Amino acid sequence: MLDNLSDKLQGILKRLRGQGKLTEKNIGEALKEVRIALLEADVNYKVVKGFIERISSKAVGEEVLKSLTPGQQVIKIVHQELIDLMGGHQSKIQMPPNPPLVIMMVGLQGSGKTTTAGKLASMFKKDGRRPMLVAADVQRPAARDQLKVLADSLGVDCFLDHSADRAERVCRDAFKIAEKNGMNPVIIDTAGRLHVDKELMDELVQIKKKILPHEVILVADAMTGQDAVTMAQEFDQKVGIDSIILTKMDGDARGGAALSIREVTGKPVKFIGTGEKLDLLEPFFPDRMASRILGMGDLLSLIEKAQNAYTQEEAIELEKKLQKDSYTLEDFRQQLRQVKSMGPLEQLIKMIPGASKMGLQTLDMDESNFVRLEAIIDSMTPQERRNYQIINASRKKRIALGSGTNVQDVSRLLNQFHLMKKNIKRIKKMGFGMGGGGFGMGIRRFKRR
Amino acid sequence: MSENKQNWIKRLAHGLSKTHNSLIKRIDALLWNRPNLSPELIEELEETLILADCGVQTSSLIITRLKERYENERDVPSCDILKAVILEILQKAYAPLNTASFKPFVMMVLGVNGVGKTTTIAKMANRLTDQGRHVILIAGDTFRAAAIEQLQIWADSINVKLIKHQIGSDPSAVVFDGIQAARTRGTDCVIVDTAGRLHTKKNLVAELEKMKKVMGREIQGAPHETLLVLDATTGQNAIQQAREFHQKIGLTGIALTKLDGTAKGGIIISIANELSIPVKLIGIGEGIDDLRDFDPHLFVDALFEESEAGF
Repeated sequence: MLDNLSDKLQGILKRLRGQGKLTEKNIGEALKEVRIALLEADVNYKVVKGFIERISSKAVGEEVLKSLTPGQQVIKIVHQELIDLMGGHQSKIQMPPNPPLVIMMVGLQGSGKTTTAGKLASMFKKDGRRPMLVAADVQRPAARDQLKVLADSLGVDCFLDHSADRAERVCRDAFKIAEKNGMNPVIIDTAGRLHVDKELMDELVQIKKKILPHEVILVADAMTGQDAVTMAQEFDQKVGIDSIILTKMDGDARGGAALSIREVTGKPVKFIGTGEKLDLLEPFFPDRMASRILGMGDLLSLIEKAQNAYTQEEAIELEKKLQKDSYTLEDFRQQLRQVKSMGPLEQLIKMIPGASKMGLQTLDMDESNFVRLEAIIDSMTPQERRNYQIINASRKKRIALGSGTNVQDVSRLLNQFHLMKKNIKRIKKMGFGMGGGGFGMGIRRFKRR
Repeated sequence: MSENKQNWIKRLAHGLSKTHNSLIKRIDALLWNRPNLSPELIEELEETLILADCGVQTSSLIITRLKERYENERDVPSCDILKAVILEILQKAYAPLNTASFKPFVMMVLGVNGVGKTTTIAKMANRLTDQGRHVILIAGDTFRAAAIEQLQIWADSINVKLIKHQIGSDPSAVVFDGIQAARTRGTDCVIVDTAGRLHTKKNLVAELEKMKKVMGREIQGAPHETLLVLDATTGQNAIQQAREFHQKIGLTGIALTKLDGTAKGGIIISIANELSIPVKLIGIGEGIDDLRDFDPHLFVDALFEESEAGF
């Protein structure tokens, strides 16, 4: 996400950093390139203009030019301005004193409202709430079915009325049921519409007036071009929005919309959608995103993801096993699953500071390898998993057959596992303890803080 | 010009009225009022083009060509020169859609999520049926919740046969079945829907390759048309999408949807300029008949229609 923009900016700033002395001309030239990079990333023309002006007025001051590390100073200014542009700090959805919290999703056709509504419901459910999805899209064929299928797959309540032709009525009926059954929050999925469609925009205004939502969320596609600004302004002025969710951030869009929409509406981006799976919705942190754009990595997000995947007990258990050398293929499989549950590998890698410099980003992250490894381990008997050394040629053949792989794949896995165990032993012998060793260890240390 | 054509232009111009107002009228005013191409004027022109999603590269190309011609064609109105410059780029990548060249004509429709593939397919099927052709739709989107139902509703309303499998099944299998069905029925046109996918997802793009292979194995030369659906509100990433899909799947045309919103057009120019994949169809509204052949002349004409025409 935002990779291309990130690569460009890093290149430009790297050149600045290399220069011992900076002149106004150096900076001016660099900023010209920054401007083009931003425009190519679909950041709105006017937003870019303001952004560049602010940076240049700050960057050409005496303080910066005469400082010992002028390049670094400029990068610091760009970093800060990026953070400000994206809204400064994280904003959350606030729970109202009187439940249920009512969320209304609005946006263009195809921006991802329905999927995002499902993702929000999934998130609230994980927090221990009982969300209800309401299909107020009375326009699009099968939109109601889509929400229903999503809701069923999540195990979330969904209200829909196939005979209804007015969205307001659907919402009213849904509220009655939600109140009776203590469902909270109520997430209303409205039909996609063009911001120039007066009739449909009026309908939104009417729905809003009747149901008084706490949070009107504009769902916008991160790949939107210059029009993002017009669209967002129209929705904000006509209907009034409270926050924004950007979808499809997992592509290679340079995500200029993320930088422009906040700036022109003044409304915060609260979440970003990073994949089609229903758990791929992340809170939006302007500071972390700015760091990611400038290639500074995002360790905080990585740590949080790891924390979600591991419980403290698991981490301690793992540490013990490593110490006692009783780490088995079963534990390995468990770890594979946990890493998988943290999200797509390529997204994790991008959070590592300096990942692009190490060439990690170009690595071909084929997740199907994980699936294959898991299948191989699954095809072993419990005895084999606990003691891999008993696996002989005939067992290998059976395992390969059972997992749909071949004997070489099984041998490779076993060799790797053997090496891994040897490494663990060596680290222990060298007297480093387990510091910086196993994955579980690192996590545990973060938990202690 | 026939009355029909006139209406068409009006309709398109109406759909593009916002573009029209913000882009062409402004450029027109700029160039008419200040005949010298001053640096300020150039900057304003650049701003206007970039705001229309032409992209930095294409915008500067247009401006460079405008400048060159401006010197030699002093007495031609500058907006006519601009028009000619843009038209030239669009014409280079022009090729109409011809569904009569094969029988059955197999068309594969792909694109990222939410660009309007299914709606475009429905409009297409409706148009072909109106022309008296026998059409079969194949529900190749077995991934998205209710995608099959959405296409079924459309198929029922325009009265064409939909070949479908269960959600989650192998899309290549349904393609195979659909093509067999088309053969036995003597169908003229087969349109294959596919699940929306980002061009960056390797496995999903590989799935498209497989679907394409199945088509080619069953009917020689199929798919005869591989259409990428692009959302006109998409910014510069549209070029990336076209490039990636073209590299992996091989595209023969583009359908540009959602041209009835605000600020469009620019992306077409960029695509024509940078990739030379012809834009074949445009979607200008939600109605079943709001699908048109792309015609660069009409398109630029509509773009440049004088505002007193009543928009």
